[in-house]
Order: sequence, then C-alpha cells, then structure tokens
Amino acid sequence: MPEPAPLLAMERISKSFPGVVALREASLRVGRDEVHALVGQNGAGKSTLIKVLTGVYRRDAGDIVLDGGSVDFRSPQEAQANGVSTIYQEVNLIPFRSVSENIFMGREPRRFGLIDWRRMNRESGAILHRFGIDVDVTKPLLNLNVAIQQMVAIARAVSFDARLVVMDEPTSSLDEREVATLFDVIRQLKRDGVSVLFVSHRLDDLFAVCDRVTIMRDGETVEERAIADITKLELVARMLGRDLNEVRRSGSTSFAASAHHAAGQLLEATDLRRGHALQGADVSVRAGEIVGLAGLLGSGRTETARAIFGADPLDAGEVRIDGTAVRFDSPGDAVRARIGFSPEDRKTDGIVPWMSVRENLTLALLPRLTRLGVVDAARQREIVDRFIKRLGIKTAGPDQPIRELSGGNQQKVLLARWLCTDPRLLILDEPTRGIDVGAKGEIQALINELADDGLGVLMISSELDELTEGCDRVVVMRDGRSVAEIEHNEATQGSIMAAMAHGESQEGTMA
Amino acid sequence: MAAARDAIRTYGAFVALVLLVLYNLVFTPNFVSAQTINVNLTQVATIVIVGVGMTLVIATGGIDLSVGSLMAISGALAGIILLSSQPPFDNPAAKVAAAFVLPVLAAGAFGVFNGFQVTRLRIQPVIATLVLFIAGRGIAQVMTNGNLQAFRNESFQYIGLGRPFGIPFQVILMLAIVAIVAWAMRATIFGRYVLAVGGNERAARLAGLPVNRVKVAVYAISGLLSGVAGLIVISLNSSSDANQVGLNMELDAIAAVAVGGTPLTGGHATVVGTLIGACIMQLTRYTLLAHGIPDALALVVKAGIIVAAVNVQRQRSS
Repeated sequence: MPEPAPLLAMERISKSFPGVVALREASLRVGRDEVHALVGQNGAGKSTLIKVLTGVYRRDAGDIVLDGGSVDFRSPQEAQANGVSTIYQEVNLIPFRSVSENIFMGREPRRFGLIDWRRMNRESGAILHRFGIDVDVTKPLLNLNVAIQQMVAIARAVSFDARLVVMDEPTSSLDEREVATLFDVIRQLKRDGVSVLFVSHRLDDLFAVCDRVTIMRDGETVEERAIADITKLELVARMLGRDLNEVRRSGSTSFAASAHHAAGQLLEATDLRRGHALQGADVSVRAGEIVGLAGLLGSGRTETARAIFGADPLDAGEVRIDGTAVRFDSPGDAVRARIGFSPEDRKTDGIVPWMSVRENLTLALLPRLTRLGVVDAARQREIVDRFIKRLGIKTAGPDQPIRELSGGNQQKVLLARWLCTDPRLLILDEPTRGIDVGAKGEIQALINELADDGLGVLMISSELDELTEGCDRVVVMRDGRSVAEIEHNEATQGSIMAAMAHGESQEGTMA
Repeated sequence: MAAARDAIRTYGAFVALVLLVLYNLVFTPNFVSAQTINVNLTQVATIVIVGVGMTLVIATGGIDLSVGSLMAISGALAGIILLSSQPPFDNPAAKVAAAFVLPVLAAGAFGVFNGFQVTRLRIQPVIATLVLFIAGRGIAQVMTNGNLQAFRNESFQYIGLGRPFGIPFQVILMLAIVAIVAWAMRATIFGRYVLAVGGNERAARLAGLPVNRVKVAVYAISGLLSGVAGLIVISLNSSSDANQVGLNMELDAIAAVAVGGTPLTGGHATVVGTLIGACIMQLTRYTLLAHGIPDALALVVKAGIIVAAVNVQRQRSS
C-alpha cells in the first residue's frame, strides 16, 4: 500500500550565515495527524530549520512542500496565514488583555464595524472547552499561570486554522499536571486533523506523546524513526554521536556515581516561613555534598533558595552558615558570605543582555577586582579568559554581547559568575534547564567536580535522573514544606515521586 | 544593512553635528567668530551639565523631572547667601564658599529624596520626580518671597562670567564633567553598576549589587549637577529669579540625552552622546534663527530631531 503523502516535506534544505553553515541538506517530514518530535543539540540546526519553515529565514537551497503545494514563506505572518503556527517557549501574548482578546488579536469578529465581544468570548470559550480547559475568557491573561497561557497560545494558533502547530520547548515551564493537560490538548489536535511538530529536550515528554522523531546533528538530519522503534538511550546516543554502549555504561547524566566526602555542616536552614509560599522548609548542606531539592512546581523550592540567599525576606525561620546564625537582608550579604545563586530564569534573573560575556561573568566579583573605585581591567580579562577556557564557553570573544550566546553557553557564563568568586556554597536552580544534551552533561560533570573539591551544592532540579544519579541526598518539598529526605542509595524515581505526591519517603516523614 | 544601521546608531549623532557645523561654515555669515561660538557653547553648557546627571538616571531606567526646580532652589539659596550680611556670611571668602557649596549640597539632598522615593517607597521615577518638579519651584519662591534677587559678586560670578584663556568657565566645567563621568562609566565599579542595574535590575540584585544605593546615588548626582547649573545661570544673569531659573530644563536635558543616543529604557549610556545631542539641538536652533526662521518653527524642528533620533535607537532594541 503506498504511503500517504506527508503533510509537510522539507527536503535538502541548506542555509548558511557568514562564517557558519547552519543547515546541510537537512530534511524533515511530518505526516498527517501526526505528532512529530524534532531533537538535537543546540547548534544541530533544529531552530534554524524551524525558522526556515516559518519564514523567519529564507533558505539557500531545498524545497518545502506543504499539503502538496510548494511554499516559500517570507514571514511568520505568511506562514500562519497558510496554516503553520508556532508556539514559543516565551509565550508571545499580551498579559494585560483578556484571554479572548489574545486569541482573536488582529482578527476580532465585527458587527456593524464594532467588535462583537459576545461572539468573541463565546468562540474563545468554545475553542478552549474543546481542549478541556475552562477559564473565564474575559479575565486578563496575566492572572493565569504559565500553563494556561500556553494553552491560550495554542488556541490562538488553532483558531487560525493551523494545519501544523510547531511547539518550541512547550513543557519546560510546566508541572506534571499541566504537562498532562498539554498532552491531552495535543492528542485532541491530532484527532482534529492538526499535526504537531514537537521540539524539545525533554525525552520523557517526547516518548509520551510523539509518534515519530527526527534527529539532527551538526546541521544534518541523522535519522527519522518511529518512536516505538527507538529507546531513550539510543536517541541520546544518536544525538550526541556517541557510542550506545558507552552511554549505557555511564548513565544518562554526567554525574559520577562516587559518593562525596562530606565534611562540616555548611548550611542549616530550619523552619523557613514566608507567607503562603514557605510553610516550614528545612534543608541542610555539608561541604562537599550535593543536595537535591525536589518537588512539583509551586512546592516552594525556588522560594527556599531565594530566602536562603537573602533575595526575599523571611517571616520566620533560621539560617545558619558554618554553625553561626546569619541574617541576609539582601543578596549582597549572601555574596559576601561566599554563597552563590544561579537562578532558574536566565533571561529575567540572570543575564544583563546588552552587556558582554566578560561583564556578565565578573559581575559578582567586581568589588574584589576594584581598587579605589577603579576596576582592574587586566585582572578582569585574565579571569574571564581562564573561565571561558575551563568551562568551554563557546563565544566569539569575551566582548560579545551575552544575549547572542546559546542557552547552554549563557548558563555556563552564569555558573562562571559564581565560580570565580570562589564560593563555599552554591545554590543552583534548574542549572540544566532548556540546555542541549551536550552542554547539560558538561555542566553536570562540572558540578560533580566542584563537590569533589569541597564546595557544598544545593541543586533544585525537576529531572529525576539528575536527582537520583547526582545527589548525595534529596530533600523533597511539597506545599512549602520539606516532607522527606532521601539518601542517595534509596533515591529512585519512584521514591522521589512518591514523596512528592504523598509527602513521605520509604523510611518515614521528616520531623 | 544591519551593519549600516549599527553605524548610524553609533556615529549618527556625531555625523549630524559635523554636517550642521559644515553647513553653517558655508552658509551662515559670522559663524566662525569667537562671539558666536561662545554664545552657543554657553547656552549649551548648563543643558549638558544637567544632561550628564540625566544620562546616569536614565541609564538606570529612571528619569528625573525635577532638575529645573532644583536649579531654582540652588539659585535661590545662593542668592540669599550672597545678599546676606549676617555672620558667618559677612566674611567675603566664607560667603562665596558657602554660596558655592551649600546650594549644590541642598540640591543633592533633594536628589537623595528623589532616590528615596524611588527605592524605599517604590514610586515610579516619573511620579517621584514630578513631586519636586511641581513643589520645588514653589519652595524656591517661598525662600525668596517671590522676589528677584539681584547681586554683584565677582568671585562668585566667575563660574558664569569667567573667561580663562578666552573660554567661558562653564564650558571648561562642562567639558571636565563630561570627561570625568564618561571615564567613570567605563572604568569604575560604580559606572558598571549603573549599567547593570539599568540593563537587568533583577539580575543585578541577584548578583549581589547594592541596587538601591546605586539608584539613590544617580538621583543624588543629578541633583548635585542641577545645583551647579543653577549657580551658573544666576551668575550669568547677576540675579536669581525663582520663576525663571531652570525653566523647561528637564525637557532640554532629556532631549539631549535621547538625541545623543542613550536609550530611555536604560542599560546603556553615552555621556559624550549627551554632549553631542545638546550641541545638535542648540546648533539647529541657532542655524534656523540665523536664517530668519521664527523661533516657534525652530521648536517644531527640534521635536522632529528628537523623533528621528529615538527612532534610530529603537532598532537597537528589536
């Protein structure tokens, strides 16, 4: 039986920029009623391929055939008008306007020249209802959480009669429940005859909802297969170009199995309380230890980290560093106590986008690089060069604006920001989020190395692999409270998830 | 194409200024006289001095609408001191010293108040500085009972009327301030902190920067520089009129900053740009006047320049 023609066929697409070849005869085929995964490291070319498809870039060579007709989109608007919509990681909607306004922005239904609010609200409600989402469509978007905002973005795409919805890292800001809702929406789209192109680093998600996968590496399409015919390990191996057996041996993260020699009690946070967000969080870290902080979204992990670091005030609770009670009124105090904090959201809390790599890297170190108010530029340069080398940061030069770097390299710069201050305690909030597999491994290996050198690390992570493989202990939080503490040898995906769900570890609750 | 845009952004203001000068060299009679140059530079000096402070404030993402009123307060206080015959101001040396120092410090203190409103009370800079924009001039008027204060004090008036080497003193002062602040922005930790706070305040705070202190400092500096500008103005006029000193200065200063290339969103600052921006505005006005175009129309042209300049900058953020 002949195979039905694919909905989308991108063949032999090439694209170069000055100095770099981004796509080398890459291809992508998405079938009808199909959820198709697109994977690859940063630099593999997947975002370039997407941008060529949606009209952000013009291809140098190759063909794009959509639904039997040859297409050449010159702008994302043209792509959208022809049925190809994109949902981005950072939702491109207007927070102050209502849900229905956002869905119909630019094409509001009219009646006698005026906006037909009733029809608009009714139709918005209908679209969302079909996805199983019930919200008040007249409420402004910013009151709703990120997950719902994403659904609204999808609803908008669908209302444009999309035939293909491209989702770029859709699950990175969602918790388990919201991810499940998103998957239901995707399955509904499939039933409605809309194909989905799912671009993500989250392997669990891909395997849960996708039918086929295209793997890219170094600007080329390496493989295209049915998800059912490939294992996670194999997928990772093909993405990295590594030998499958080697990946099998060393696990899927780059954390070493060795136990760390934990020394003195570095951090002791007891009964931290702050409004509704923290209702009795406890966590401790010894020098040379990696302690994982696990929990669902909203469980209070980031709030705990920020409170320890002095970024938010505490209503009650005690923080002891090296046995002495401390009170940090601002992050500056914590930095002076040789604590570092790498935030979850690089873009809003981490990088100063217009400043260079050099400036961002040394931002926390400046007071120590300054004499009589003047920055020692030579010493600054030397430190920056050293850390660029040590962390393998890929940049055109230390004076390149940091916003031009890829996510993984930006994250490395932010880590370097703290490493160059020679901290005793490092608090990392989702250090490998939104980063390709290669850079992820490098960062994990680096964290391991730091702990071996005696640094204490408190790591917030949503990736169970990182928690089970990399941490000496895992503290699980739920609803603003620490509910379990699991030692490394007992930390499995199951035990951690059980604690997150029910609030108890195998051995019983924390006091 | 992008490279061309970048070039326009970086050098556009400077090129525009050069073109203006060239045009005047060719088409305007008497342009190259010492008098013309001095008159133009004198008018520009106070705007630039205030503009430097404004550049710093805007670089942190804020704005200072109170500068004109602070100039009036500074002028009023200086006038009172100069006209006072009470001790310790009966000693001429003490009088002049106090007339320089106290008004500037007072303006600086008001600047700290602005900073306090923005950081502790978390009031938006527009609103916070609007308070003194409205009330400041009133304070100056109360201080002087609404009267014009005429005085004569050569040592004091040197700041406005002095001519070392034939160049007006305030021009030298202006150039010195621009040079020092431009250097400080590049080379000192304070300068880098100002840009970091404007570039991403949350990130700066999480990196341990004393964000509130930096913000209060820039408003204080803006106040101090406004104080200095106020002294220059009253020296030029040999009188202090609380109704007139610094009138509309905030708009001229903001225009100079915008035309000079400092984005109003913060995170980037060019003090030299502010100098060029002020010169462009001044020279445009002069060129139009010298060719008989009514001042009212000149103001429209000024507005057009501001729109064009901000538009060129806008490409930078997209």
